[in-house]
Amino acid sequence: MTGRLAAVVAALSLLLVPGAALAATPRTSLPDIEDEVMCVECGTPLEVSQSPVANQERALIRREIAQGKTKQQIKDSLVAEYGAAVLADPQGGGVNTAVWLVPAILVPLAALGAAFAARRWRRQGAAEAPAPEREPEALDPAEARRLDAELSAFDS
Amino acid sequence: MRPRYYWPITIAAAALIGLLAYGLVAKGSDTSIDQAIADGRTVAAPVATLPRLNGAGAGSLAQYRGKPVLLNAWASWCPPCKGEMPLLERTHQRIAAAGGTVLGIDVQDDRTSALRFLRAKGVTFPSLRDRDRAYVHSLGVTGYPESFLIDRRGRIVALNRGPVTQQWLDANLPKILRTRS
Repeated sequence: MTGRLAAVVAALSLLLVPGAALAATPRTSLPDIEDEVMCVECGTPLEVSQSPVANQERALIRREIAQGKTKQQIKDSLVAEYGAAVLADPQGGGVNTAVWLVPAILVPLAALGAAFAARRWRRQGAAEAPAPEREPEALDPAEARRLDAELSAFDS
Repeated sequence: MRPRYYWPITIAAAALIGLLAYGLVAKGSDTSIDQAIADGRTVAAPVATLPRLNGAGAGSLAQYRGKPVLLNAWASWCPPCKGEMPLLERTHQRIAAAGGTVLGIDVQDDRTSALRFLRAKGVTFPSLRDRDRAYVHSLGVTGYPESFLIDRRGRIVALNRGPVTQQWLDANLPKILRTRS
């Protein structure tokens, strides 16, 4: 009885191990990688490139997906074959760092500047706005009588 | 009076323009070799240590000093490269008698596909791998294939930005075969 139970447990564990392994390393897909790598000759993202070298890159990706490699392993293979320029994200130091840093600094600064400018324009606009129209003052009774008399001359 | 933000905005704009200018210059092609050859001068060929495509380890053009070399930038995904390979192989066999060689530079190419390509074309001359195009960039290469004739002193005496032809080889090969190191 104990021996039979042990055999069942062993069989179940054999069924479960590959499932657990698959869950730990999810399979990747071509579209998942295509938008993170470049066509090295065209300088455009692989997903929109149709050149011969782009097709060769896709073939390599498909081959490695078929071998069960992870997304990172495939990206490493692409770098080994085509150099770091194959990655859509700039890597390393020098100008590549500047490509990240300059927009990261300039865009918030530009947004801040635009906000300040908008605030200033709104204040200036409020200061220069024309005074609201006032209600016409009521005529005093003497002037009203004179106006009526003058206007009645046109009635006849 | 200048606004408070004048200098920060000016410096930021200058930094952005500088970055764009650097990008343009760094990506631009170098035509100095073309100009020198057109003026009848020769140019020292750039050298770099690159991994061998068909073999282990690394190699360099410097190892061929003293030999006439036809340096050819190619890739297996480049259709015109396929067309010129038989002529390059015949040229390799022809200049080998004079101690010369064709030296291929396989650019931004998947190694497996490149080796399959060479086998299919029956190519026997050696090739080095320029996986990130840095070496051929120093030669002003902008497309594939491109070829350079390098004399025994390691100087470029002729270049062809496109597929080689028998006429071009007949006109220019003697320039590297007759020079002495």
